[in-house]
Amino acid sequence: MTDRRLVMHLLRRLSFGPTAAEVDAAVRAGYDATLERLLAPVALPEPPDLGPEPDPGGSREGRQAARKKQREQVGVLGRWWLSRMVADPTAAEKLTFFWHGHWATSAQKVRSARLMLAQQQTFRRYGTGPTGPFVRAMLRDPALILWLDGQKNTRKAPNENLSREVMELFTLGVGAYTEDDVKAGARVLTGWQVDRAAGTARLVPRRHDDQAVALLDGRADGRADGVDSYADLIVRQSAHLPFLAGRLWARYGGPGPAPAVTGRDATSLLRAICAAPEFAAANGTLVKQPIEWLVGALRQLRIEPDGTEPTLRALGQIPLRPPSVGGWPEGAAWLTTSSTLTRLRAAQKLAAKAEIDDLTGPDRLEALANRLAIDTWTDRTHATLTPIKDPRRLLALALASPEYAIH
Amino acid sequence: MDTITRRRFLVASGVTAAAAGTLGLREILATAGDRDPAAKTLVLVTLYGGNDGLNTVIPYEDPAYAAARPDFAYRPEELLDLGAGEALNPGLPGLHKLFGEGRLAIIRGVGYPKPNRSHFQSMDIWQTAQPDRPGTTGWLGRWLDTVGGDPRLAISSEPVLPPLLAGSTSAGATVPGGELKLPAGITPDLLTKLGASAAGESPAQARAAACFADLARVRDLITSAPLAEDDDAEAPATATGGAAPPLDQQLDLVARCVEANVATRVYSVSLGGFDLHADGKDAQKALLAKLDKALSAFAERVTGRGVVVAVYSEFGRRVKANASDGTDHGTASPMFLVGDGIKGGLHGEPPSLTDLDDGDLKFTTDFRDVYATLLADVLDSDPARILDGWSGRLELSA
Repeated sequence: MTDRRLVMHLLRRLSFGPTAAEVDAAVRAGYDATLERLLAPVALPEPPDLGPEPDPGGSREGRQAARKKQREQVGVLGRWWLSRMVADPTAAEKLTFFWHGHWATSAQKVRSARLMLAQQQTFRRYGTGPTGPFVRAMLRDPALILWLDGQKNTRKAPNENLSREVMELFTLGVGAYTEDDVKAGARVLTGWQVDRAAGTARLVPRRHDDQAVALLDGRADGRADGVDSYADLIVRQSAHLPFLAGRLWARYGGPGPAPAVTGRDATSLLRAICAAPEFAAANGTLVKQPIEWLVGALRQLRIEPDGTEPTLRALGQIPLRPPSVGGWPEGAAWLTTSSTLTRLRAAQKLAAKAEIDDLTGPDRLEALANRLAIDTWTDRTHATLTPIKDPRRLLALALASPEYAIH
Repeated sequence: MDTITRRRFLVASGVTAAAAGTLGLREILATAGDRDPAAKTLVLVTLYGGNDGLNTVIPYEDPAYAAARPDFAYRPEELLDLGAGEALNPGLPGLHKLFGEGRLAIIRGVGYPKPNRSHFQSMDIWQTAQPDRPGTTGWLGRWLDTVGGDPRLAISSEPVLPPLLAGSTSAGATVPGGELKLPAGITPDLLTKLGASAAGESPAQARAAACFADLARVRDLITSAPLAEDDDAEAPATATGGAAPPLDQQLDLVARCVEANVATRVYSVSLGGFDLHADGKDAQKALLAKLDKALSAFAERVTGRGVVVAVYSEFGRRVKANASDGTDHGTASPMFLVGDGIKGGLHGEPPSLTDLDDGDLKFTTDFRDVYATLLADVLDSDPARILDGWSGRLELSA
């Protein structure tokens, strides 16, 4: 692979759809310096103004009005986040998106935009650093607790939902814990209550099981900070970092098992993944998730995300609303007849808003590949696009093409 | 045959409309993959999230039932009696009527060895039919491979392809209730060109290209009126829902396809939201009522057309309720089968409520027995070839 292609591959994977100018600058800087620039820490963004949490009051009408207001606020947050993704030339928002799909929590049940935002800020604050503090923070995250019924988990009757998914999906993976660990973990997590009005989670002693429990290869104590000892036990497990590396590889690397990489947090694991020879070899093997496809197109076409929610809804990936706690699908599941049709439609709407001055000359297919950070057109697509003279039509087909569906 | 309905599915296609002038309806249907009139149709309904089987087909006379669920059990007078000490959830009056007419088969205690209590692993097991080591192909995807791989034969109403319909060399098509009208300027010829394979491209890119070819083929088959936007914000939300249009809309599309006698043999539809760890009783009843209304209307509509519907979920729930008035992940659960040629009644052994496996029911019927029966009796294929040599079978034909 040429240096340019390699750098383009790095940018496509770590950030959202690089622009031609970003590719040029990264080629000048070189692969290693670009990797460091992408992974460099960024300041926490100033959050959007969502307004106060709606007060449902006592009546049915009041509750309905509050729900409606909450949905509007979630919409504001989702649009704000999309615009953050479009504005960000680094790896930061892509990683926030990764964590959102990983600790997959949906506003559909949480309802509160403020709690969804607070979780997102936790991803930004802790998601690049050591996993111990991150898991500690997530086990106290109000949105996650609501999502997985943590507030229903009491001493008298533990509710296993949060405990199971924390180990299965978020930190260790199937096989690295037992059913007894699920039950023991649920006891440690008993008594955490979310105060929706205040937007906080706190431990209610009378609902909490204060007995120490045997858990994994150690013990979690029953004190108020037992949740921290649970988090620390988890991240000490030998399965934890390899599990995380595997999840990062699945979204950033390619299908199949992850290469042997080491690191103690997402930043160092990503750095190791991108330095592995398997990473370069995996160019073109990942299917873009709909948000990756759309945000990349918005960046490369320099258009605003307004009005693109119906596209994401039709493609089956609405920010803040993952379909289940397992997150969004990966790979060929996104490649369906209906998603192909939706991309054809959406691409026309995007192309209608874009600058097209550079897409009229004899070298317009090269200009198009350059604009969309596509390595090369296959003979098939080249032959299909060549007769098309209308630049908007050309751009729309390129956005919907097989070459642009993957990265 | 309802020619008018057939024609509605065939209009709006540039290719078909052009061809209609020269070939006529019968030939078009032949090129679109017309079917053997005797061929039956399978409709698989997936209930995502783990439906509580014990509060679906309820062993109300068993004292262990009320004991395990003191605040969660139904009282006998609320229930829809099935005889033999069992009853249906009060949310299922339509299915109860079908049962009374001998058309609904209830297979009790369906599961698999070494139950997995993860939604995702267990759903993988159900969809791959490989409990020991779930692979990358679904059982109906493997069936599709054996019949030539035409995506029109197996259709899903979800926006993303369920693993169920992924074969090793082919994949079913997704038609999530939307219309299949092509955008301006996109011709079937263009789709076919972009759908060609190209040398040296990655499997992912080849699959993306194949979708164009599949789209060109599928859209010859089905056009449907646009469906209402699904207001997901109002739908019951749990962490393991499906992501599909409302079930009645999905089944409406299926009914329209069946009535038009299209080539499709397998339809996958779904209803999500069954992961009710808390406050589960009323929520489950409301979800079951949705299933009941959509399914019983569909069964009436397609009766006599060789359609069999099968309903399953990835697992049942723990026998003992938790204190959040919900239930945690469990194991074996009943399946429903309804349709032409199905012998109604209670099948399989009800699992014991006292002889438990770590608090969970022990399965009495292996799910592959049910799949094998569907493959043989509905899809006329060899179950052993698709189910890794599995030889079990149920006797369900009427």
